[in-house]
Amino acid sequence: MVCEKESECIEDMEVEILPSMWPEDIGSEVGKQFNIEKPGRDQDMLEDVTIIEEPTIADFKRLMELTNFTEKGSSQLAYLMKHWEYKQANASRLLREELDSLSKQRQDVELRKMEILEEHRFEEERYGGDKRPVSILEDVYDIWQDVPRRKNKVVVQNKRIEIDAAEYDTVKYWKQRALHSEKLLEASIQREQILQEKLQERIKNIERQSSPVEELSQILKRADNFLHFILQNAPVVIGHQDKELRYRFIYNHFPSLQEEDIIGKTDIEIFTGSGVKESQEFKREVLEKGLPAKREITFETELFGSKTFLIYVEPVFSKAGETIGINYMGMDVTDQVRKRERMAKIREEIAVQKAKETELNKTIHITEETMRAKQMLATMSHEIRSPLSGVESGVMKLEATKFRPREVLKHVLQTAAASLQKILTLEGHVSDDVPIEVVGDVLRIRQILTNLISNAIKFTHEGKVGINLYVVSGTQANEDRCLSTPQSSSDRNLLDAQRHDHPPSQNHAFHGECISPVKSECSANGDTEEHHHSTETTVWIRCDVYDTGIGIPETAIPTLFKRYMQVGADHTRKYGGTGLGLAICKQLVELMGGDLTVSSKEHHGSTFTFILPYKVSIIEENSDDTDELSDMENDEGTCDDTTESFFQFQPRTLGSLFSSNGSSRTQKLLTHKIGYTSSNTSECSFSFPSHDIISKGTCSVQDSSLVVDTPEISESSASSSGQSRETNIENVVSRDKYCQDKGIADSSKHMVAALEMDIATKSSELQQKFKVQGNVTSIFASELTKSTSKPKILLVEDSKINIMVTQSMMKQLGHSIDVVNNGAEAVRAVQQCSYDLVLMDVCMPIMNGLQATKLIRSFEESGKWDAARKALMELNLADLDYECSGPSKKRIPIVAMTANALSESAEECFANGMDSFVSKPVTFQKLKECLEQYLS
Amino acid sequence: MDVGQMQRQWLDYTRSLFIEGFLDNQFLQLQQLQDENNPEFVVEVVSLFFEDSERILKDLTFALDQQGVDFKKVDAHVHQLKGSSSSVGAQRVKNACIAFRNFCEEQNVEACLRCLQQVKQEYCLVKNKLETLFRLEQQIVAAGGSIPMMELSF
Repeated sequence: MVCEKESECIEDMEVEILPSMWPEDIGSEVGKQFNIEKPGRDQDMLEDVTIIEEPTIADFKRLMELTNFTEKGSSQLAYLMKHWEYKQANASRLLREELDSLSKQRQDVELRKMEILEEHRFEEERYGGDKRPVSILEDVYDIWQDVPRRKNKVVVQNKRIEIDAAEYDTVKYWKQRALHSEKLLEASIQREQILQEKLQERIKNIERQSSPVEELSQILKRADNFLHFILQNAPVVIGHQDKELRYRFIYNHFPSLQEEDIIGKTDIEIFTGSGVKESQEFKREVLEKGLPAKREITFETELFGSKTFLIYVEPVFSKAGETIGINYMGMDVTDQVRKRERMAKIREEIAVQKAKETELNKTIHITEETMRAKQMLATMSHEIRSPLSGVESGVMKLEATKFRPREVLKHVLQTAAASLQKILTLEGHVSDDVPIEVVGDVLRIRQILTNLISNAIKFTHEGKVGINLYVVSGTQANEDRCLSTPQSSSDRNLLDAQRHDHPPSQNHAFHGECISPVKSECSANGDTEEHHHSTETTVWIRCDVYDTGIGIPETAIPTLFKRYMQVGADHTRKYGGTGLGLAICKQLVELMGGDLTVSSKEHHGSTFTFILPYKVSIIEENSDDTDELSDMENDEGTCDDTTESFFQFQPRTLGSLFSSNGSSRTQKLLTHKIGYTSSNTSECSFSFPSHDIISKGTCSVQDSSLVVDTPEISESSASSSGQSRETNIENVVSRDKYCQDKGIADSSKHMVAALEMDIATKSSELQQKFKVQGNVTSIFASELTKSTSKPKILLVEDSKINIMVTQSMMKQLGHSIDVVNNGAEAVRAVQQCSYDLVLMDVCMPIMNGLQATKLIRSFEESGKWDAARKALMELNLADLDYECSGPSKKRIPIVAMTANALSESAEECFANGMDSFVSKPVTFQKLKECLEQYLS
Repeated sequence: MDVGQMQRQWLDYTRSLFIEGFLDNQFLQLQQLQDENNPEFVVEVVSLFFEDSERILKDLTFALDQQGVDFKKVDAHVHQLKGSSSSVGAQRVKNACIAFRNFCEEQNVEACLRCLQQVKQEYCLVKNKLETLFRLEQQIVAAGGSIPMMELSF
């Protein structure tokens, strides 16, 4: 366009100027130059722009329309303008620079021209002065004529005048000059031509460069295309609604609707159905609040059915800040919503499932707990069933059996030690005034002791638990009964200590009141005199079960013996138990004519005390004693039990379940050295049966502990026998000396070992013992193999694991057992060998335990194996030894080993002739109790 | 790692087995049965348990795979497994067996199969745990230490 206009100019000029003389470009350029149009150039450009823009102005207008009202639109527009202005400024700057350089060149040329013209003017003047000569250079002249003319017209009028004023010389000179000038001019023209070309080129370049507006419109077009492309493929409805929520613009509207169906209408006017109103209201809300918001709305319209749209609505503000409408964007999320709902449902189901599972687990847990509790109850009730029912009905019959308090105490402690799961020392002291044998209901007393001890252990976390047995006078007993009010254990202990400190007075009392302990003591001493005492007397024995445990708060003591009462709910949780124990114990004690009291200091320990009267029969005792002696000849296991005064079970160490003899021995030695329970212990030592164990060599390994004690004491006490406590202290010293004299260093263990060796060499029988028992567990061996031969035990069990476990436990308890794997084998085994106890599994292959028991019982009753034979025949196993018939004298105790103590199988067990049952899995405790019950 | 450290680790590990319910007091009984004369007792019994369990689990898998499931048979197997697991103190296996037996009673094949999976899982768990424990013990013994005492209060 620029070009066009210029060419127009040139055309105009061409009319005037000789076309052959002036190159088109230069002419125009020159004219322009002289017209001084420079300042107007930029404006011209702008004008051009407007003109050129005309074809795209519609687009521009649409954009303006779309955006004019909104802040965003105007800012976008402003940006575009800025961009455009920048581009324009840049272009004009470039052009200006170009022009500058061009005008500079032009000026140069002009100057040159002026110079030439200057010279030429003189010529002219000369010409003017002369008559006009015939010139060879007519052409040139002509040119010169022309130039000023044209120039005159345009700007430089005075130039000619100057020229006119010039003078000139000779023709030749002027010719030469003219030629020279011509050459110069030619060069100049050439230069100008080059410049012209360059200019042309530049112009073309500029032309080629698209205008900024064109570029912008292209950008816009591209953006527009892009948006169209994106939007047409996007599942998004975009719309703009005005203040009245009438659509002013919509994109991707529902295909069946025409634009005119929508534009200018509101949602409610367009659609019907649920969700429409909600969306309208939502839009209104956004409009009013002026805050953008998102919402999911489910539509149920005739037009497109049920669809859920996620709608985003943002308010549109005018420049003044007032809301003029909303932009709205909607996306069909029906599928997603459906999926989501399905997911939610699944999740919900999972949660419910999980809750159910947890509930189930809880139930399972509770069931297990209940089962455990039941099992515990079953075990417990097994132990206290009879007394409890007896106590409850009030018709409990007390058994009067002869028993040895020391033995009972030791057994109870051993039992407790066997199942001890804490680091506690268990100990027992029996004052030597306690008769060796008394008459009472040993089962009940054992139960009471066991109960109190296990209670003490339960509530004691460190230190010790122990039992003290000593004789009190009947009056004291009554006094003690009055002392049932809470009392600190230390006070009580002090009281105890005082009492213990005066054994002579007690002894005296016994003599005076004719209570038997003295006599029993005497009998133990091997004194023959007491044979004369033929009366049955009563002795009151006090038993303290003490511990160093958590103690009992004073406030809790009054309710302590109430049934189902524990100190606190917390305690029940922490320590378990039923709370039945103490109440039953108390009732039992009271039934036996005694009393059970407690003294305790919180955090320091408790002492439960019960005092009971026992019958002591002298005559019986004597006859028994001889039995015992004859027993001892056969089996030496009992000799210590009769008189041993101190028992201790240290916390077990690795590998040995019960405190080894070694450690207890050491302990014993230590306590002796310290002078612990001074008078009592030493007195006990004095009263130790005078038969020399060492020389007899009939003592079991375990007895060597006593042996250790004996020589020390017997040596040192030989002189101090019957002396007061002070001398006992000396004894202690002398004992120490004795140790040193012997050259055995402090290590009492060494001494024990040495003495053991001594004994060993002296007694071949003892050596045998070593071989047989071989181990620390000899305690039980010696205890349980009390008389004659070892009991024969049969285990009927099919599970290898159970066999292994039971066998090992039995081994540790000092028994070797026979094992068979099913009921049929059991029947055969019983037929071939007489057993003292049968442990019978119930569930077994081939023949179960119930059947086997039934068969064994039927044999025991009839003395015939017919039934058994028949049964075994059926099993193709019959091969019984018929010669072995003849009614059996005794009924073999058969103890069932059941997996569940509470199931009907318990009833079944009894119904099939079993005596009792042990619940599985077997433990030391259970086995021990069972053995105690059936083998003692 | 010194012996003390290993022993502590052993204690911690054993304790965790009790706390997490893998083992119960019956396992303590086994430990008590182990002494100088019978130093491998626990390992022996537990190995026996492993053998036993694996056999029973195989039998169970087979029994439950039959067309008409013999629930009496299945129940007998589970009873056996319950017995041996309770004998070694593998508490969680035992508990899983208890649940299993209920479904045997119901004759619910699906539930039984689920229980079988559960029992298998518990068995594998306790097996791994015990094997780790034994390895620890071996390491302690190899380092010249002794197995520490396990004391659990109730």
